[in-house]
Amino acid sequence: MPDNIKYTIFICEGTGCVSGKSHEIRQALEQKTAELGLSNVKVDFTGCHGFCEQGPIAIVEPEGIFYTRLTVEDVAEIIQSHLKDGKPVERLFFKDPVSGQAIPLYKDINFYHRQQRIILRNCGHINPERINDYINRNGYNALKKVLSEMNPIQVIEEIKKSGLRGRGGAGFSTGMKWELCYKEQSDIKYMICNADEGDPGAFMDRSIMEADPHTVIEGMTIAAYAIGASEGYIYIRAEYPLAVNRLRTALKQAEEKGFLGNNILGTGFNFTIHVNEGAGAFVCGEETALMASIEGKRGMPRSRPPFPAQSGLWGKPSTINNVKSLASVPVIISKGADWYNKIGTEKSKGTAVFALTGKIANSGLVEVPMGITLREIIYDIGGGLIGGKDFKAVQNGGPSGGCLPASALDLPVDYERLAAAGAIMGSGGMIVVDSQTCMVDLAKYFLSFTQAESCGKCVMCREGTLQMLKILDDITEGKGKEEDIDLLLELAKSIQAGSLCALGGTAPNPVLTTIRYFRDEYEAHIKEKRCPAASCKSLINFYILPDKCQGCGICKRGCPADAILGDKRMIHIIDQNKCIKCGNCLDVCPVRFDAVIKVSGERPQTPEGLIPVGSWQNSESEEKL
Amino acid sequence: MATSINDLLNKYTDDRKNLIPILQEVQEKEKYLSAVSISEISNYLGISENDIFSVASFYSQFRFIKPGEHTIKVCQGTACHVRGGGRVLETVERELKIKPGQTTANGKYTLETVACIGACALAPTMVIDNEVKRNMTPQKVTDLLNSKNKAANDAR
Repeated sequence: MPDNIKYTIFICEGTGCVSGKSHEIRQALEQKTAELGLSNVKVDFTGCHGFCEQGPIAIVEPEGIFYTRLTVEDVAEIIQSHLKDGKPVERLFFKDPVSGQAIPLYKDINFYHRQQRIILRNCGHINPERINDYINRNGYNALKKVLSEMNPIQVIEEIKKSGLRGRGGAGFSTGMKWELCYKEQSDIKYMICNADEGDPGAFMDRSIMEADPHTVIEGMTIAAYAIGASEGYIYIRAEYPLAVNRLRTALKQAEEKGFLGNNILGTGFNFTIHVNEGAGAFVCGEETALMASIEGKRGMPRSRPPFPAQSGLWGKPSTINNVKSLASVPVIISKGADWYNKIGTEKSKGTAVFALTGKIANSGLVEVPMGITLREIIYDIGGGLIGGKDFKAVQNGGPSGGCLPASALDLPVDYERLAAAGAIMGSGGMIVVDSQTCMVDLAKYFLSFTQAESCGKCVMCREGTLQMLKILDDITEGKGKEEDIDLLLELAKSIQAGSLCALGGTAPNPVLTTIRYFRDEYEAHIKEKRCPAASCKSLINFYILPDKCQGCGICKRGCPADAILGDKRMIHIIDQNKCIKCGNCLDVCPVRFDAVIKVSGERPQTPEGLIPVGSWQNSESEEKL
Repeated sequence: MATSINDLLNKYTDDRKNLIPILQEVQEKEKYLSAVSISEISNYLGISENDIFSVASFYSQFRFIKPGEHTIKVCQGTACHVRGGGRVLETVERELKIKPGQTTANGKYTLETVACIGACALAPTMVIDNEVKRNMTPQKVTDLLNSKNKAANDAR
């Protein structure tokens, strides 16, 4: 960097911030600084910081000032006040959701400073479209070390010793996976990166590929060297267009620099990487289905053995690793297995990345050492629930995972302990919900997802999940029967036993854990025809409270079903037969009136016909008089 | 045979592994997979049309009906679900009078759902022609569609 640069302003251009027009903000900054001839200011961009909720984000170095929720209109003030006069713009600082305090510096924000970022080490700190940024942060040194100082067995031993386990969810030892493939004799082997991040609610792989694509390429190339592969595939979701583009750019740059292609770094090692875009089938996250998809077939899993290490892509020995596993590899090689295996718990080493979302104050990507408790993640890093509400449950591991209740908050997070509680590490989705989320509905949501994504090969997965879904539909519609819970448990058992792959094997988990921890909610739906969260449409009603309604007519105008009776200064009434329960009236009723309520299993008294505002007297208020 | 996708096909070798990338590129170009395109791909790769349909219909990305001028994808991922993604979808359905997978009678909008776009911190989200709309509410949906319709009418 030239000496005369006083400030560098990094705009985040991950998917989240781009949706908030961060690209336009960068252009405005570039244009304005050029107009003003501010030659000591450099405008640059980074990938995702993992704090998308606060986006668009910008960081001004060298101070490390962190700006949030920027708009194009803020550009002039940032330039004038901060970049020209040296006075940071306070109103754009991050505000701590708990204390309400404005925090100017990146490093002081609780969300970040409680994290230990190894996999995400470069995310938000480099320009992902410039290979030199990666190289300047120790990039490709691990590859150089491996190719010049280590043989494949040494690489495998180092990774085994580090204790790294597959971050895709299953948690198999990465080193052992490599070793199995290494031992196979074959003219050609394949190294595959599984970037088919299909779990709804997870976006860590996307962020890594958008913000630090070279680390994935470096990790993959090291893996290829270890197993003896000359060709590689990155199978990435087509729903992540920005990540696809950044990866392609990075691959080209890596080839130009001699980190990929023929005779890598003059060592005689050859390795090329192709990018395959997934076509929208969740089951392709399963390794045998993924390989079938690369081969141009329907992505349906097959039985194992043979395992991919023996017979994988086109029948050749293949290794498949998740994005986060591969992103961990260069650091482990650089810093050593002994450094890495001191982080974490006895059986789960290193860090895990979670996508912390839902009703959480600080939504975003969180990288923490294994063994940290859920409470630390949700309260210390996540800042608790939105609006200080009470925690109800956390859903871990996506459609294959489980819902854990408040009693599990002090559970240390690692592969074994999450599994014992009924959840899984999975790919790291962590969705926090409050009292407004119905646990039966949440279980139904996940099951409807897996049911739709079942490839249809195994009868129990295809038909069993459908039957479970129908039962859940009945329960949420108030048509549940007492024996339904037992039937769900029985079906779940059969589906787990009768499915070839993990999609079916784990599909019942959300139902099983919600029954285990929130059985009372199922029972309320079945026995009392009531949804305790007031969320299931068939079991809720909206009412206008006659003592609060001011007859303003806003709800009536906004009602798409024409279901509200009322007139100026008259108490409005909802016609329950016409109401489609869209909730618009609740949204639009002015907060100062707060006259619309949503209830399940109760019926407040309302007038029979239109009466003037202020004239309502029900039996209760009469008693009070 | 001079056809619209000939040049596109010629960029690929006739290996089966290119089937999905070809389908993706054809759909990118033509917005859907027409019977004519599938027949041409079949000839080019030497794979039966039946086989191609079997693969294409397996993946949710592929469409066989011409979509509308604009595509609206409402995210139904978990984070969006718990923050009201269902209501966002219902509002779009009500405003446009179509269900997911359908196109409005005037050919203007196609409605789809997507399992997750990975922008979970901005939930609930929807995507209009690749532009991500964040923190949606039923009111925002209505306003957005109204302003789009108004812009279109003004342009006329």
